[in-house]
Amino acid sequence: MANTMQFDLVSPERSLASLEVSAVQLPGADGDMTAMPDHAPTITTLRPGLLKVEAPEGSSEYLVTGGFAQINGDSLSVLAEKAIPVAEVTRSRLDDLIAEARTSHDAAKEGQDQSVVDDAAKLLADMEALGTHMSL
Amino acid sequence: MPNLKDLKNRIESVKSTRKITKAMQMVAAAKLRRAQESAEASRPYAARFNAVMAGLAASVGGSDSAPKLLRGTGSDDVHLLVVMTAERGLCGGFNSNIAKLARAKAYELQAKGKTVKILTVGKKGRDAIKREYGDLFVGHVDLSEVKRLGYTNAQDIAKDVLSRFDGGEFDVATIFYSKFVNVVTQIPTAQQIIPASFEDIEGDDSGAVFDYEPSEEAILADLLPKGVATAIFSGLLENGASEQGARMSAMDNATRNAGEMIDKLTIQFNRSRQAVITNELIEIISGAEAL
Repeated sequence: MANTMQFDLVSPERSLASLEVSAVQLPGADGDMTAMPDHAPTITTLRPGLLKVEAPEGSSEYLVTGGFAQINGDSLSVLAEKAIPVAEVTRSRLDDLIAEARTSHDAAKEGQDQSVVDDAAKLLADMEALGTHMSL
Repeated sequence: MPNLKDLKNRIESVKSTRKITKAMQMVAAAKLRRAQESAEASRPYAARFNAVMAGLAASVGGSDSAPKLLRGTGSDDVHLLVVMTAERGLCGGFNSNIAKLARAKAYELQAKGKTVKILTVGKKGRDAIKREYGDLFVGHVDLSEVKRLGYTNAQDIAKDVLSRFDGGEFDVATIFYSKFVNVVTQIPTAQQIIPASFEDIEGDDSGAVFDYEPSEEAILADLLPKGVATAIFSGLLENGASEQGARMSAMDNATRNAGEMIDKLTIQFNRSRQAVITNELIEIISGAEAL
């Protein structure tokens, strides 16, 4: 059994990481999950949260604002809309993201579609929880 | 025959034109490298995205419950053409080639009795289409203030397009942009984005059966709007690279033409100078002989 798998983190603008990893913790839409080598093939959407990457060379963390992940047995691709290494995340940057989520929430409230409002509210709550979680 | 002073002025003016075109060519070359880099950096995302979408679309696509963005509205009477061009000119046939393709498409659709609406991105394309199809414009996106294209720009355009789609303003959307092949070749391309089609994209051939969280339909509904943004984003980036490439070769040609012109004018200048000298000599000699 392989101890590592290929991990790629790409955003529309650039490719952020591509390395061999032993485990990755993902903020899946239905709850956090950890993908390890030989995980069952899965495609999941992501909610805003932290992506924890454990590689033999050391671990790293990224903040993602959404997107999806494709898990194959021997590789894992995360397609994030926005991904920022946690070291670069500051309170003000997070505030910007929260403000953005709040704007879309407010915009959704004016519409009729309740599910859109709920989605936006969830996004906003996730963003705020993220700040607490990172103790910023 | 123009006199010597006129010729000299002419040569000077062509020389300064050559300086400008040469400078523009070098600026375009530097920008091209950057644009090419960002176009290449975005490719992995687009490729993976499309592979996943193709797989999803294949398994869900056939059913009646498939999202509208994939299935279409059931008719194709109203077409939205999103014409993406540059904000600046002086880049050879870049803008006019895209505009030409869009005009041909608009003409073809109208001949079939369809309604055509046009959304332009970039000033130059708008100007080129305005005369013939100006009354079909439904909107314009101005990117002249944008220094560096980001995904957010594409998202804004996608949002605009999607809200129009949700409002039932059109059935089919096609984007027009120029695909970058190399510095001398850019191919104007039309790509249908709504309803999404993945027929020409290779699906994931690993043969694995995926688990979907939350569900296939939910993921698809979530991803399709992103697919529109992704398609627009790659279009914009390809356009950016193509524009600089086209400008670079256009300015290279212009620089060379200016050089040729200077050579020709210089020969003409020297010849007329010599003629003037000869004339003066003849006058002096014949004057001396007459004495």
